[in-house]
Amino acid sequence: MKKIIKAVVAMVLISTVIFIMTGCGQSKPTLKVYNWGDYIDESIFKDFEEEYGIRIIYDTFATNEDMYIKIKAGGSDYDVAFPSDYMIERMISEDLLYEINYNNIPNYKYIGDEFKNFSYDPTNGYSVPYMWGTVGIIYNTTMVDDTVDSWDILWNEKYAKQILMLDSQRDSIGITLKKLGYSLNTKNVDELEAAKDALIEQKPLVLAYVGDEVKDKMIAGEAALAVVWSGDAVYMNWENPDLEYAIPKEGSNLWFDAMVIPKTSKNKENAELFINFMSRTDIAFKNADYIGYSTPHIEARNLLDEDLINDPTAYPELEDLVNCEVFKDLSDFLREYDKIWTEVKAR
Amino acid sequence: MKEGRISSPYIIWMTIFIVFPILLILFFGITIRTDEGFKLSLENFQRFFEPIYLLVLWRSIRLAFISTVICLILGYPMAMILANKDLKMKNTLVLLFVIPMWMNFLLRTYAWMTLLERGGIINSFLSLLRIPPINLLYTEEAVILGMVYNFLPFMVLPIYSVLIKIDKSLLEAAEDLGADSYTVLRKVIFPLSIPGVISGITMVFMPAVTTFVISRLLGGGQFTLIGNLIEQQFLFVGDWNFGSAISIVMIILILISMGFMSKYEKENEGAGLW
Repeated sequence: MKKIIKAVVAMVLISTVIFIMTGCGQSKPTLKVYNWGDYIDESIFKDFEEEYGIRIIYDTFATNEDMYIKIKAGGSDYDVAFPSDYMIERMISEDLLYEINYNNIPNYKYIGDEFKNFSYDPTNGYSVPYMWGTVGIIYNTTMVDDTVDSWDILWNEKYAKQILMLDSQRDSIGITLKKLGYSLNTKNVDELEAAKDALIEQKPLVLAYVGDEVKDKMIAGEAALAVVWSGDAVYMNWENPDLEYAIPKEGSNLWFDAMVIPKTSKNKENAELFINFMSRTDIAFKNADYIGYSTPHIEARNLLDEDLINDPTAYPELEDLVNCEVFKDLSDFLREYDKIWTEVKAR
Repeated sequence: MKEGRISSPYIIWMTIFIVFPILLILFFGITIRTDEGFKLSLENFQRFFEPIYLLVLWRSIRLAFISTVICLILGYPMAMILANKDLKMKNTLVLLFVIPMWMNFLLRTYAWMTLLERGGIINSFLSLLRIPPINLLYTEEAVILGMVYNFLPFMVLPIYSVLIKIDKSLLEAAEDLGADSYTVLRKVIFPLSIPGVISGITMVFMPAVTTFVISRLLGGGQFTLIGNLIEQQFLFVGDWNFGSAISIVMIILILISMGFMSKYEKENEGAGLW
């Protein structure tokens, strides 16, 4: 018995030594980036590593809520995250974000002024805008012969089982509120109940509640109509020219995603280095050109293809979006939204 | 003494990764989060017994039950074929049956998505026969198909392992006494294979009733099962207390059915998987 124990101890010691030694050989500093799936040109990580010798560890999330809960619960150590407007507001109010030292991010000056001073980050102290866009309907012109200019078409029985909805509670409840003529930041329980009833009424017509799969499904012609983010619409139109994007006349959601440094970060300066790198003109251009989303970076935007800059899907005039609203943090009232979405899905 | 020493790592392991998490779930389940911290309350359970969540529970049980029945109907003859001693290709067949189990089940479920979709292989084949495409994916049937496909081996293998152990002289005796093959199956083989059937049913029903991936991928988020509800509470809503309460209800259900099964198994001097 003793011999066995000795052997085991020796084994453990040897493997520990080997582990530490090999560890030293490649102990590059690392940076943990937490982003939406399909939302960055991943070759940029290699560029960053070559330039600064910092290796990127990359994780993705599917919804803002998903990301928030992971950071809030602790146990993670992300250095940079990419939440949307209302979630940034919530994370600031719950003290989950570091204030950014903008002296370390000189490239911040390239971000258009119209993308600063929003209510989600009123002091411009915590975030660097990454992408922006709208929520709208993408439709396949070979399958839809009505004019798509209203959310009502998603409740049209003619397209039963050909409609894809987003599996994201703020977005799906939000567009329903808009359809009914309410604000998508409503805190009125009656309005929310009306939205819930409308969503339940719509459920038999819905083919599926999806996330990123929506792109493959629409490109392959699996469905006629889908609720999507404008940047994804640009990409889908590249892949399948039959697909067109429309922002319904009732108004929609205007959104901004930004880079932030959560308090879970262990190396704030490297995080700032990365954010600055992402905001460098060549990199911002490379990224926007690859993912198709609309960049708030003035110089990068000017480098983009003429067709894309003039495409109202990607770059609508902000003045044309008067009916559109930016999501606001609902703080404790969010529980009502959670409950309604759970009930719609459970039905 | 010696046994104690050998088992201690397992006991520590189980305490950390099984007992402790269950205690945590219990704690979250019977409390609610307030501004002053956690407060003892049964509110979560009360919420679970609202009609809407009972509907989810009912749907989970119903779909799992249907899948289990289909697995039994498909699996029993399959197990008998595999257990047939005279079969020449027996080992090859068993191997062919087991190989898919070595592949990740998520991957196999994704494969079904491409098979079932409107432009998928099945519908392309139908269009060759001039049949218009039908909605196969994102239906309740697709969810059941996914469950049956993924869990069928768990029905076949326990039955198979019991069937091959049956003393062949019993079958010969029955035949000598004038029983035809149907009577032999009904009066001898089937009663002797009950322990295998019971473990098969348990091993299909349990994972089917708790699954959340199959219903999301093949059901398109429309058929919320109890597993989806738990996942949603933990990952998207962040209401750990409600999520834990649902989990407790689930654990209790599983314990009850396991107790029921093991009682049944004892009566039959079980030779199942456990």
